[in-house]
Amino acid sequence: MTTAPAPKLPASLAANPKLSSWVRFTDEDHVAISPGKVEIGQGIVTALAQIAADELDVEIGRIEMIRASTATSPNEGVTSGSLSVQQSGRALRHVCAEVRQLFLAAASERLGVDASQLDVGDGTISGPGNVRTSYWELIGEVSLDHDATAGATAKIAARRAIAGHSVQRIDIPDKVFARPRFIHDRTLPDLLHGRVLRPDVSGARLIALNEAAARAVPGLVAIVRDGGFGGVVADSEAAAEAALKALRKGAAWSGGEPLPNEDDLAGFLKSQLVETTIINTRTAPQTHGHAQTLRRQYTRPYIAHASIAPSCAMAQWDDDRVHVWTHSQGVYLLRADLAIVLKLPAESIIVEHMEGAGCYGHNAADDVALDAVLLAKAATGRPVRVQWSRHDEMSHAPFGAAMAIEIEADLDADNEIVGWRHAIWSNGHAARPGRAAQPALLAATEMANRYPRMISSNPPAANGGGGDRNSVPLYDFLAWTITSHRLLTMPVRTSALRTLGAQGNVFAIESLLDEIAALRGEDPIEFRLRHLHDDRAKDVIRAAARRAQWKPQKRSGIGHGVGFARYKNTGAYCAAIAEVEGADDIRVKRLTLAVDVGEAINPDGVVNQIEGGAIQATSWVLKERVRFDRARITSTSWTDYPILTFSDVPAVDVEIIQRPEIEPVGAGEAAHGPVTAAIANAVFDCLGVRVRDLPITRDKIIAAMELAS
Amino acid sequence: MPTIQFQLNGAAAAVDADPDQMLLEVLRGRLGVTSPHFGCGAGECGACYVMVGDRVVASCDMPMWSVAGKDIVTVEGLGTAEQPHALQRAFISEQAMQCGYCVSGILISAAALLKRNPSPTEAEVRAALDRNLCRCGSHNRMVRAVLRAASEMVAP
Repeated sequence: MTTAPAPKLPASLAANPKLSSWVRFTDEDHVAISPGKVEIGQGIVTALAQIAADELDVEIGRIEMIRASTATSPNEGVTSGSLSVQQSGRALRHVCAEVRQLFLAAASERLGVDASQLDVGDGTISGPGNVRTSYWELIGEVSLDHDATAGATAKIAARRAIAGHSVQRIDIPDKVFARPRFIHDRTLPDLLHGRVLRPDVSGARLIALNEAAARAVPGLVAIVRDGGFGGVVADSEAAAEAALKALRKGAAWSGGEPLPNEDDLAGFLKSQLVETTIINTRTAPQTHGHAQTLRRQYTRPYIAHASIAPSCAMAQWDDDRVHVWTHSQGVYLLRADLAIVLKLPAESIIVEHMEGAGCYGHNAADDVALDAVLLAKAATGRPVRVQWSRHDEMSHAPFGAAMAIEIEADLDADNEIVGWRHAIWSNGHAARPGRAAQPALLAATEMANRYPRMISSNPPAANGGGGDRNSVPLYDFLAWTITSHRLLTMPVRTSALRTLGAQGNVFAIESLLDEIAALRGEDPIEFRLRHLHDDRAKDVIRAAARRAQWKPQKRSGIGHGVGFARYKNTGAYCAAIAEVEGADDIRVKRLTLAVDVGEAINPDGVVNQIEGGAIQATSWVLKERVRFDRARITSTSWTDYPILTFSDVPAVDVEIIQRPEIEPVGAGEAAHGPVTAAIANAVFDCLGVRVRDLPITRDKIIAAMELAS
Repeated sequence: MPTIQFQLNGAAAAVDADPDQMLLEVLRGRLGVTSPHFGCGAGECGACYVMVGDRVVASCDMPMWSVAGKDIVTVEGLGTAEQPHALQRAFISEQAMQCGYCVSGILISAAALLKRNPSPTEAEVRAALDRNLCRCGSHNRMVRAVLRAASEMVAP
C-alpha cells in the first residue's frame, strides 16, 4: 500500500511560515508584499510583485514591495545564486494562494455565497446576484497572523494573467526621474559622513597616526581608531575626504602579505597548500583502450566586481542598539556578523536594505556596513554615512577567484572520448558573512580585537558547488574523474562573484569539446547534440543554432563558435553562439543565445538578464584581469581595469524557450559560461589558434600563435 | 568663501563655496540634487555627468570656479513624471537598465547628443555614450532607447 507524500511547504516558507510576514493588506486598497530577497539590479522585486498580483488577483499597481529588514522581513538568507525566483517566488506564490483562499472563505460567509462561486477581480470579490466585497473590507475578519498550511493550491499556469508576461519594472521610473532610490542618494536627519583609512600595501596594518593635520580640518567631528582600524567622521563628505587625506599623510603601516606573480597564476595556484576533494567520478562499464590523451590547461584571472557605485552604508547608534542601512545581499547574515564583532545580541541590531548599484556577488557592501557602524560609535547618536573610494572598491573588496583548470581527455582511435579527467586549482569562491563562527568583514580583521581573514571555502555540491561549479560534464562521456583543489592560503582576497567557478569550468570543458570536434572533423553542434540526452539541453542548442543560421559560411577574418551549459547543472539552460572579427585584436560582433529558465515570470526581465550577462561575460573575456605587483593591487581605477564600452559591445539576440509548467529558475548567471566558451571557440574559428588563458587579449593571441607555430 | 552664481535647471542658484570644491559635491551635498552620482571621482565613468552649456562634463572633476555664470542641467531638469523628456519615456519603454546607477549620466550624454544631432545613427549614439560606463550590460537597450527618443523628437 502506498500513500501520497504529505504536501510540503516551499523551503523559504517553511522557515518563515507566518502569512502576515509575507503579505499584508494596507489602507488605500494596497497590498504590502515583504520578501526576504533584495533588489540588486536584477529586477527581482518586479518578478515577485507579478507572482503576488497574479495569485491574489489584484492589479500589479496595488502591490507595494517592502524592502528587506531584519526588523520585519522573512529571513531568506542571501540574494544570490540565481535562486530568488525559485525560493522567494515559490514561497510568495504559495502564501498568496492561501491568503486568497482565506479571504474567499470569509467572503463566502459574509455574502452567503459558496466560495466556489466567487471570483476575484483586482481585489474585489464578487459572486452571483451582483454581491460583492473586497480584501480590504474583510481585513477585520481574516487574520494572517498564523502559519501557512501545506494545503493551498496555486493557479495552474494557464490561468496566470501576469506572471509569464513581460511587465515594466517597478523601480525604473524612480531611476529615470531622479527620485532618490539608491542608498547613495538617501539621507537621514543630522547625517554625518565617514571615511576609513586603508593600506596601499596588501595586508599591511596601521600602527600609528599623526592626527594633528586631520584635527585642523574644518568640519571634523571625530577621528576613530580601534587597533589597525582608523577613520574619520565629519559634517560633510568633502570634510571627511580632506580629513582622511590629512590622516593618510601621517599614517605608519607595518607588514604586508606578498602577492603572487600575476604572470604565472597557474604556477602560483598549483604550488599552494590545498584541500583536495573528488567531486564526482563515473566508471565505464568496461575498459576502453585509448589511442591518445589530450592534456590542456585553462586559466582565468582574478576578476573584480567593479560595480559602478562604490559601496555605501549608513549606521546610527541609540544607546546599545544600532540601526544599519545597507545594500548587502543578506540582511540577516550581515546582522549575524555584526553581532559577533560588536558582541551584541542580534536583537539589538536592525539591518535594513536599500538599493545599491548592480551587484554581481559578494562585494564590499557588507564591509562598508561595519565601517559605518564603527565610525558611528563616535557620532553620539547621529547617523553616519560611509562611502568607499573607487580605489578601495577596486583593491579591498573581495575578487572573483583566479582558476587553473587542467583537463585530460582520453580519445580512442576515432577520436571519441573514452575518459575525462578535470582538475581545478582555485581559492574558494565564497567567504560571505553570517555563515561561520568568525566574521567575514574587512574591518574585523583590522580592529584591536581582531579576527583572522576568513579563507574562502566552496559551497557544497547540493548548492551547486563553488570552484567546482559546472565541472561535472552534462555530456555522456563513458568515464570521468572531477577533482577540486581548494587553496588553503589566500594572499588575494576572494569571495563570490557571479557564477563562482562556472565561468572557468564551462570555458574549459566547452573549449576542449570544440577542439575534439575539430579533430574529428565533426560539426561542434552535432558533436554536442550527439553527447546529450536531455531534451531541454538539446532544444536550447538547436534554437541558438537556428537563430544564428549555423553555420554561416566561412569568411576571412570572421569566426563563429558555440558554448553551452546548464547553470549549476540544475538551473537555467543556455546556449550561445558568438561571431567575432579580427586579426590579433578580437572584436565580438554578435552573440546569439537561447535560454530555458522553465517558467519565465517576466520574459523581458529574463532577456535583460541574459543580455546583461552576455555583455558582462564579453567584458570579462576580452578585457578584465585584476592587476597587482608583489605588494599591492594596481588596477585601482577604470583606466587600469578597463571594461567593455558602448562601442565595443556586441549585438545580443536572445530567444527564450518558455515552459510555463516547469518551476522557474534564475537567469542572472546562465550566460557567462556559454558566452565565454563561444567567444574562445569563435577566436579559434577566426584565427586558427586556441587561447586558453583569459582574458583573450592581443598579447595572449600573439603568445598562442607563437606557441602554435 | 565667495558666492558663486549659476543657473541650475533653468533657475538661478547661488552658493557660498570654496572655488576649488567640485561641482558634484555642491550639487549633492549642498543643493540636494542627487541625480549626478559619484562613481570614481576621476572623470572616468560618467556617472556624475551634467550639462554645462551644451557640453557634457564630469561634475566630480569640475571645480566650482569654472561653472560661475554657467547654465547647468541635471536629470532633474530634463523632465518629470508628468512632463517627461522623450529620453525618459524611451528609457522606460525600452526598459533600458538593470541597476540604473549609471543612467543619469547616460541620459545627460544622450540629451547633449540629441541637442547637437537630432537624428543620430546607431554608431553616433554609441560614440556619444562611449565615455559612460555601464557594468550591468544594458548598453544595447540604452542605444535603442536613445534612437527611439530621437525619432519621437523629430516626428512627434
